[in-house]
Amino acid sequence: MSAAIRWFWFASPQTFFPLAGRIALACWAGAAVLAAAGLYVGFFVAPTDAQQGEAYRIIFIHVPAAWMSMFLYVVMAFWAALGLAFNTRLSSMMASAIAPTGAWMTFLALWTGALWGRPTWGAYWVWDARLTSELILLFLYLGFMALQAAIDDPRRANRAGALLAIVGVVNVPIIYFSVQWWNTLHQGASVSLTRAPSMASTMLAGMLLMALALWLYSIAASLTRVRCIIRERE
Amino acid sequence: MIEAARAIVRRDLLLALRRPSDVGTALLFFVIVASLFPLGIGAEPNLLRAVAPGVIWVAALLASMLCLSRLFAADHADGTLEQMLLGAAPLGMIVAAKVLAHWLVAGLPLVAIAPLIALQYDLPPALYGTLALSLLLGTPVLSLVGAIGAALTLGLRGGGVLLALLVLPLYVPVLIFGAGSVDMASAGLSPLGQLQLLGALLVVAAAFAPWAIAAALRISTE
Repeated sequence: MSAAIRWFWFASPQTFFPLAGRIALACWAGAAVLAAAGLYVGFFVAPTDAQQGEAYRIIFIHVPAAWMSMFLYVVMAFWAALGLAFNTRLSSMMASAIAPTGAWMTFLALWTGALWGRPTWGAYWVWDARLTSELILLFLYLGFMALQAAIDDPRRANRAGALLAIVGVVNVPIIYFSVQWWNTLHQGASVSLTRAPSMASTMLAGMLLMALALWLYSIAASLTRVRCIIRERE
Repeated sequence: MIEAARAIVRRDLLLALRRPSDVGTALLFFVIVASLFPLGIGAEPNLLRAVAPGVIWVAALLASMLCLSRLFAADHADGTLEQMLLGAAPLGMIVAAKVLAHWLVAGLPLVAIAPLIALQYDLPPALYGTLALSLLLGTPVLSLVGAIGAALTLGLRGGGVLLALLVLPLYVPVLIFGAGSVDMASAGLSPLGQLQLLGALLVVAAAFAPWAIAAALRISTE
């Protein structure tokens, strides 16, 4: 019971503000440590790939960023929907705070993918299913941000953005599968929960460390941004 | 309820008939965009035949998007929209009727004129049927999904460009299946699978888009 009360207690921007500051600080520190560890494992410990040589090492940034880019969109849509349904100010603020981080992760995944594609496929960009759907995801993020930026009234901006995020989240699987049937060149997923990973365990460790680092980074960046939004609006 | 919908369709069609140049502009845009491509990429018949389905579909996408901002703008400006929001008839029904009228004015002419452009691109006449059918199934989806964007951007500055940014990524599946079906047919395969997927998109959009449009209108006008 007391736990429930505490949840609602922190649903108010005023009380959430100092908590967000503390969590953000811890997450920044954690992200820095984990990223240092992950990059060390990735660049110095993990073995050279038999087929792709040293070029594959960008996987340690590329794959976690791609995971985060998709996951953050769902998180953003979740907060936006919560804000639309219950009219909680903080939920909508979280949605607007997550969007730039998600767009940044999407951009990072595309960028590192281009750098990885050049030595392995011989081209910075190919019209492959995953690349294309990631690009469209970036457009969806940018559309969400542009819509919120175009509306002056924060209440209308929140609600309009929420509706767009929900429509987007319904569309993401449709877009993903349509693009998948359209064209596929990208290598299959290397990591799956249901079967044994097809890579060395140190590579996996490095990737998971980096994934955790990007998780903490995303939380820290979003919370820092939500603090700015709270300051601006309250 | 049905009467309200019928009245809205009639009214919107009548309004469009009173100003036929609006309808003509979108159609002309479609034809002009499609005519620009050969000027840009060269008039090699094999190349044109290869790109024709994609070009026609992209032109249809842009043409139907350009008409979207008109969908609610006039009603919003003269207050009719507020009366519709306040009225007894369910808003979802009203917006479904408005989208239907909009499609009859902006989408159906594209379907009718597409074979003419296919002729310019030297597509074999056997493909006209598939092309028209894919547009017939696909353009209503464009109107339905686009109407969500039109409702969200109602009365915003820079609405037109913003609308494009919101709506075009959501159009991607329609474009893929639409152009894909004609490509399949031109490769001698059955386009039925792609057309069925287009039909599925239409059913899903028709079922859920009116809700989203109604919610978006309430957000934009409150």
